[in-house]
Amino acid sequence: MLEFLQQPWSWYVAGAIIGLIVPALLILGNKHFGISANLRHACAACFPANIKFFQYDWKKEVWNLFFVAGILIGGFLAAQYLSNPAGLEVAPALVEEVKGYGINDTTSLLPSELFSWESLFTLRGFIMLIGGGFLVGFGARYAGGCTSGHAIMGLSDLQVPSLIATISFMVGGFIMANLLLPFILNL
Amino acid sequence: MSFNNKVQQPPSTITGSDTVKDFSVTDYEVRSLDTMCINDTVLKHPWWYNFKYLAVGLVFGVVFVKAEVISWFRIQEMFRLQSFHMYGVIGTAVVVGMISVWLIKKFKIKTIHGEPIKFHPKKFNKGQIIGGLIFGLGWAMTGACPGPLFAQIGTGFLVVSVVLLSAVAGTWVYGYFREKLPH
Repeated sequence: MLEFLQQPWSWYVAGAIIGLIVPALLILGNKHFGISANLRHACAACFPANIKFFQYDWKKEVWNLFFVAGILIGGFLAAQYLSNPAGLEVAPALVEEVKGYGINDTTSLLPSELFSWESLFTLRGFIMLIGGGFLVGFGARYAGGCTSGHAIMGLSDLQVPSLIATISFMVGGFIMANLLLPFILNL
Repeated sequence: MSFNNKVQQPPSTITGSDTVKDFSVTDYEVRSLDTMCINDTVLKHPWWYNFKYLAVGLVFGVVFVKAEVISWFRIQEMFRLQSFHMYGVIGTAVVVGMISVWLIKKFKIKTIHGEPIKFHPKKFNKGQIIGGLIFGLGWAMTGACPGPLFAQIGTGFLVVSVVLLSAVAGTWVYGYFREKLPH
């Protein structure tokens, strides 16, 4: 059983479970699946600064903070007790490409050459971690949601604005990964 | 907003002052642009009822790690069209979600507390394109959308908490400039 759980799970198992989170949240308490809103609640709770956008009763949305706390704990448990001893198997073309940027270990989930405290104080690490995080937070709120709120919940409810947002997410991702990231990774 | 008048504040939050009333109007106006839950419950539950959402999140976090969805490499593979994995995960999730929502609507399924489940149509605005593009740029850089950020921290990459704080800062800056941005 443990061995079975330690293997990487296939896309259809993972996709089905993620899809079932939509009805689970609706049936448990009429909650619409969406994660980036918790970043807004964090602003409303900690730095509202008289900004209208953050003037609301964030305590009513506290379920969302419990939800992300669960994600964090789930990530911890999976990494501690269910991790795959063999590590990641990355597409050979990508392995070759990232080697050129000095990323040699492709077996862990994130490349330690980029996601480390030392890297944070390099130009490349600073742009990717601080800059990337900023774009994620700014863009998600500007778009009115992220992959969970638009791509999964919104598309599940056949919302056209969510389809437009999802296509935009993908276009942005393609531009970054193929056109901009090669320059940033070379810094 | 068409549903403004339908939304009722729970009695305990109405104190009778005008400021509270105004506050609730802007509240729902901005909330409608958002993915946050606009279904107000009339029922009052003790705070520990929220642990059910923690349990759902926990399952979600485990799946994120086990399906390697939180991996920077998997996101790069997706945007370089080198692997089907992420498309498979998102595609399956959407199909399962669609069927679930359809069933909930068709059979008018209620919550476990007996409340009707409501859906609200989203309105199109330019933010979904401009913001969406910006979000996509950040997604491909960090290899994470907001959910996976939390799972990445959980797996022990504590430096990702800096990415998360930066995302909170991005959200704040959006809130600050919101009125001046095209929507």
